[in-house]
Amino acid sequence: MGLDIRIPIGLMFSIFGVIITLFGIFTHASVDLYKKSLGINMNLWMGIGMLAFGLFMLLLVKLSKKEDK
Amino acid sequence: MSEILKLEWIDYLIMGIYFVFVLGIGWVLKKHMKTAGAFLEAGRSMPAWVAGLAFISTNLGALEVMGMTGSGMKYGMLTTHFYWIGAIPAMIFLALFMMPFYYGSKARSVPEFLKLRYDEKTRGLNAILFAIMTILASGISMYALALLMNSVLGWDFNLSLWASAIIVLAYTYLGGLSSAIYNEVLQFFIIVIGLLPLVILALMEVGGWSGLKEHLAPIVEAKGYARDAYLTTWKYTANMKGNPLGVEWFGILFGLGFVMSFGYWCTNFLIVQRAMSAESKAAAIKVPLIGALPKMFIPFLIIVPGIAAIWLSSIHPDAFKILALDSGHPKYDYTIIALLQYYLPTGLLGLGITALLASFMSGMAGNVSAFNTVWTYDIYQSYIRPATKDKEGDDKHYLKVGKITTIAGVLLSIAAAYIAGKFGNIMDFLQTIFAMINAPLFAVIFLGMFWKRTTGHAAFVGLLAGFCIALLHHGLTIPYGSDTMFKGGWLTDLLGMKENLYVYPVEMAQNFWTAIFAFTTAVSLTVGLSFATKQQKSDEELKGLVYSLTPRVKVHVDEWYNRPVVLAVIVGVIMISLSIIFW
Repeated sequence: MGLDIRIPIGLMFSIFGVIITLFGIFTHASVDLYKKSLGINMNLWMGIGMLAFGLFMLLLVKLSKKEDK
Repeated sequence: MSEILKLEWIDYLIMGIYFVFVLGIGWVLKKHMKTAGAFLEAGRSMPAWVAGLAFISTNLGALEVMGMTGSGMKYGMLTTHFYWIGAIPAMIFLALFMMPFYYGSKARSVPEFLKLRYDEKTRGLNAILFAIMTILASGISMYALALLMNSVLGWDFNLSLWASAIIVLAYTYLGGLSSAIYNEVLQFFIIVIGLLPLVILALMEVGGWSGLKEHLAPIVEAKGYARDAYLTTWKYTANMKGNPLGVEWFGILFGLGFVMSFGYWCTNFLIVQRAMSAESKAAAIKVPLIGALPKMFIPFLIIVPGIAAIWLSSIHPDAFKILALDSGHPKYDYTIIALLQYYLPTGLLGLGITALLASFMSGMAGNVSAFNTVWTYDIYQSYIRPATKDKEGDDKHYLKVGKITTIAGVLLSIAAAYIAGKFGNIMDFLQTIFAMINAPLFAVIFLGMFWKRTTGHAAFVGLLAGFCIALLHHGLTIPYGSDTMFKGGWLTDLLGMKENLYVYPVEMAQNFWTAIFAFTTAVSLTVGLSFATKQQKSDEELKGLVYSLTPRVKVHVDEWYNRPVVLAVIVGVIMISLSIIFW
């Protein structure tokens, strides 16, 4: 019904990815913040992961469009 | 209650972006909502993978996520029975044996299938019970969510309740079932990704699976179980005393694995509706199988962190204060929120809370869209304003009714949520009672699909009698140490009997046996009465509804991996492997 759900999913996770990755970079020195997550900068890792997932979804959309043509 | 969880601007930003996307999807779909079919049945246009993920997502509501993490802490790996034996065989059965008839019959709902196969009264009974059950479920989960947001985040209870309801209303009103389904797919990914850090960090801290084994052993032994009782599934089910679930293998296999799970997965319209929305019969058959693949791995996302919480709460009791109630019993349902608070730094915490909100919304939108369809087609169109000759005018009219019902359904859910807040026990009680319809319903639909002799009168009596036996059983038995009335034994009290007929060791065992009795009664009465009554429907009318009267069309699928049977075998093998690995 006129909507490729992979587009909003891809867009949303790309945006989440960028925001969380940047936040992870800027807070990288903060020991207190990452005490909870066992000293690992989880924001950075999950941010990169989400960005990759988001871009992958968008890539799938692009590939299927090419196939249609 | 422990200190309130503090969210920062970035957490709110994540949440805000999520709301924009959820509403945006509804907005984009708005222009397609021109007919009742588009609004209430998603125009039967969903690709199999979309409907398949929605199928699982709508079941992954907030109460499920909170409850199953809590059960992980309470029962350990035995909770996976609800995801493996208690779901997968039923989903495979639904896909291969029932979807061809549900989809092929052109019924728009499960009650309508009953009307086509049997008669009006069977449909009416099911439609009304289903409508009430749906509103109850959505009200109870809405109440639980608002309470959680209030006690953990310090948000205003009324505001949380209304705001979450209005967002769900907005996107289901705009885009109908399609919007609910597309959002369920989006929500599925947020739930998985948002909760993923929990299992990663929990396993890292505890030292992996072997670390978990080692650390849990003394705690579990202190409770009087074998050292690996919380990390195995079938090993200690020879008798009910040996495992924390308190049920023996027969109860799990037959009660949960057969009667309860087939009753739920194969007849609950909330679930079946997702598969019915598929673009073709072949896609509809694949929907439950595609859903089964992620379903089997959800335990690692929500149950394993719950198990780790057993150890965490023993070494860091302060951090897990949230679980302690004044009564001294832990509030297991809050395990997930305690874990979020314990592990997630600002940023990911926002994503984790958004995941909980997403799970709530996927569950509630599922309820609302199912209620919608059943009310409009099975109650309004059947009893209040039947279809006329003017097809186009009718369609416009039912579209309008569907839209108004969406608003009414949400308002009724809100009312149910407030009642749940005031009389929580009564609402839980009613939900238990209404859920008792599932097992007899499966009996009746199953017999209808595979035995052409089954008659409408027999089905109606079987359905009603199964329900009554379930009530009787629930009213005369009680789980050990529970309050009379809400957990059972109310009939014993009412009749002034001295003792309950039977005392079950745990509530779960009582539930399983309630379902088994209801199912057996429904089957025997429906079969018996079918011999005694006359079949009202001709063979021609039953074509497409009954297995033996439906000509088998060979569907040609080129790719071997797209064949339903191949997919079903893959799903089955994975389930069996998981059960053996975690024996």
